[in-house]
Amino acid sequence: MNAVTATHAGDHHDHDHKPKGIGRWLFATNHKDIGTMYLVFSCIMFFIGGAMALAIRAELFQPGMQFFDPGFYNQLVTNHALVMIFGAVMPAFVGLANWMIPLQIGAPDMALPRMNNYSFWILPFAFTLLLGSLFTPSGGPAGGWTMYPPLSLQSGNSFPMMIFAVHLMGASSIMGAINVIVTILNMRAPGMSLLKLPLFCWTWLITAYLLIAVMPVLAGAVTMLLTDHYFGTSFFNPAGGGDPVMFQHIFWFFGHPEVYILILPAFGIVSEIIPTFSRKPMFGYDAMVYATASIAFLSFIVWAHHMFTVGMPLAGQMFFMMSTMLIAVPTGVKVFNWTTTMWKGSLSFEPPMLFALAFLFLFTIGGFSGLMLAIVPADYQYQDTYFVVAHFHYVLVPGAVFAIMAAVYYWLPKWTGTMYDMTLAKWHFWVSTVSVNVLFFPQHFLGLAGMPRRIPDYNVQFTDWNVVSSVGGFVFGFSQLLFVWVIIKAVRGGPPATAKVWDGDMTGLEWSVPSPAPYHSFETPPDMH
Amino acid sequence: MKQTSNRGLVWRLVLFTAGSFAFGFALVPLYSVLCQVWNTGNRWYGKQTAEASVIERPVSDRVVTIELVANIPQAGAWEFKSQAPTMKVHPGKLYSTSFYARNLTDGAVVAQAVPSIAPQTIARYFRKTECFCFTPQNFAAGEGRDMPVRFIVDPDLPPDIDRITLAYSFFSAPQVAAVSR
Repeated sequence: MNAVTATHAGDHHDHDHKPKGIGRWLFATNHKDIGTMYLVFSCIMFFIGGAMALAIRAELFQPGMQFFDPGFYNQLVTNHALVMIFGAVMPAFVGLANWMIPLQIGAPDMALPRMNNYSFWILPFAFTLLLGSLFTPSGGPAGGWTMYPPLSLQSGNSFPMMIFAVHLMGASSIMGAINVIVTILNMRAPGMSLLKLPLFCWTWLITAYLLIAVMPVLAGAVTMLLTDHYFGTSFFNPAGGGDPVMFQHIFWFFGHPEVYILILPAFGIVSEIIPTFSRKPMFGYDAMVYATASIAFLSFIVWAHHMFTVGMPLAGQMFFMMSTMLIAVPTGVKVFNWTTTMWKGSLSFEPPMLFALAFLFLFTIGGFSGLMLAIVPADYQYQDTYFVVAHFHYVLVPGAVFAIMAAVYYWLPKWTGTMYDMTLAKWHFWVSTVSVNVLFFPQHFLGLAGMPRRIPDYNVQFTDWNVVSSVGGFVFGFSQLLFVWVIIKAVRGGPPATAKVWDGDMTGLEWSVPSPAPYHSFETPPDMH
Repeated sequence: MKQTSNRGLVWRLVLFTAGSFAFGFALVPLYSVLCQVWNTGNRWYGKQTAEASVIERPVSDRVVTIELVANIPQAGAWEFKSQAPTMKVHPGKLYSTSFYARNLTDGAVVAQAVPSIAPQTIARYFRKTECFCFTPQNFAAGEGRDMPVRFIVDPDLPPDIDRITLAYSFFSAPQVAAVSR
């Protein structure tokens, strides 16, 4: 089988007609090339953002001021968030969408290949602008990634650079989202009805709708900041009748759906991996689709739980508390469906499955701390402490980031045509999973004890858990080099992978093309009737 | 299933995106309306105008402490203080006090005072018949003057409230002059 696949793949290379040189990448329209560029870009950003995180953990290793002045510390915190959200996690999902959606629905490419190229190439400009602002005389943006006025308006030259960077990131993700929607709605193989769509495509379709619904709202909000600063409008300036609290409402109207933009594709990935390594079909496929849609709907009516303490009517607090707790219902459906898929399955624990399982456990911990934060009276204690930091890092790091790593380990043999070093990948898994908990779990204790976020110094009583957290942070950070090493090794060569790669009864179309997937696939659509 | 062409679908999605952008701006008036309905948010205090008429019905056996707070968000440009830090008042009786402001810059400035009342939920029981915060104030270079506030606390004020804070933030607001209020 291996030998047959290898020759087959070799045949394909001759007919690939890959463009040569740098032009292949600059003018790329091939979904696989663009997917690869997105993933590489995301990986670079992950390490830039990670370096900032390690700088933060180094400063917090002991009380007192060690390395940075508070102003630069705030720039680190702000840019770490912007880089990780818009530079690492979102482009990684778009990269996976580019690679896998056409392969999963039997399409030859994305629907809008030229726009696909623009939406990728905007990103390096956006992040040059954002990271370049760190080198202006007044330093980079330091008012938090949430850009609350009036603080964000006081950040000097970096302010317009940050605003335009956010505009560009928004434009990029809107174009990516439109491309995904058109591809999924119009380019499915004949006979593939919407309820036969792989769950990764379903979650991405819903995510894409969230993106075009809320990224423009963020663009509007930052445009208002810009005109308030330079053109004398008073959207958020009380002197002219504006209200800074209104910014928080508009921002979180974007911000909460954004949270699901960062996690729904992860749900899709886990829904692909768990059935494969349980050797059972997904339990409750339809329920998964409807649960994803419900989460997306609910995301629009819970935003004010990010700002319970700014003052709102009691009825408003009750509404946002209840609607937030309601999200636990569709999310619970998903967690139970994944668990039930494994029930009496013939489980095996290859690296993608290990990461998917860690996702299942650790994301759920983040979900539970989210429920605690949803309780208004308790939120008055938790808000703006490390408890919040622990909560969103649990859902984003062992949540979204682990799902991305699971996806890479799941589909990497399809991309490179070689099997990666499983032992090294398992080392990567175990070191990451242990260290990520050492890193973030103590932050729950720090938060409950009252340590505030976004402050470079702290009271000595918080020292011990901060030391533990920093040690975990450095181990986690450096263990990610293993991940890069596994990928580089696989790209350079290795035992050839079969078309199906994994031992399971997967029905996905991506497993019907040889490994590595030929440069042009599904030129004639498969019949799915 | 009937499919829309790629071009048609793209146009619909672009329109959807434009609609979302417009919706972001539509949240601004929507927010004002909701703040008025729910009686909250600074936007509403900023637009408050004088009460047309109030009837005095003093409740002489009830005393409420009014705290008067003067804030200067832009340091250095203004001297701004209240005549007295606190006042003891009877609900239903009209009172008058004043705030003193002096322009510390060597140029004429237009100022705008933005009021805020705490606790927020009882703002509607605190009624002003006259306030320097209703209009922009013109100051010549170095000019200082007292500016009056007349107010009445509604006798229907919930019985558990014995203390109200009235705070003003005093802004230099050149852009306000251009906007007729």
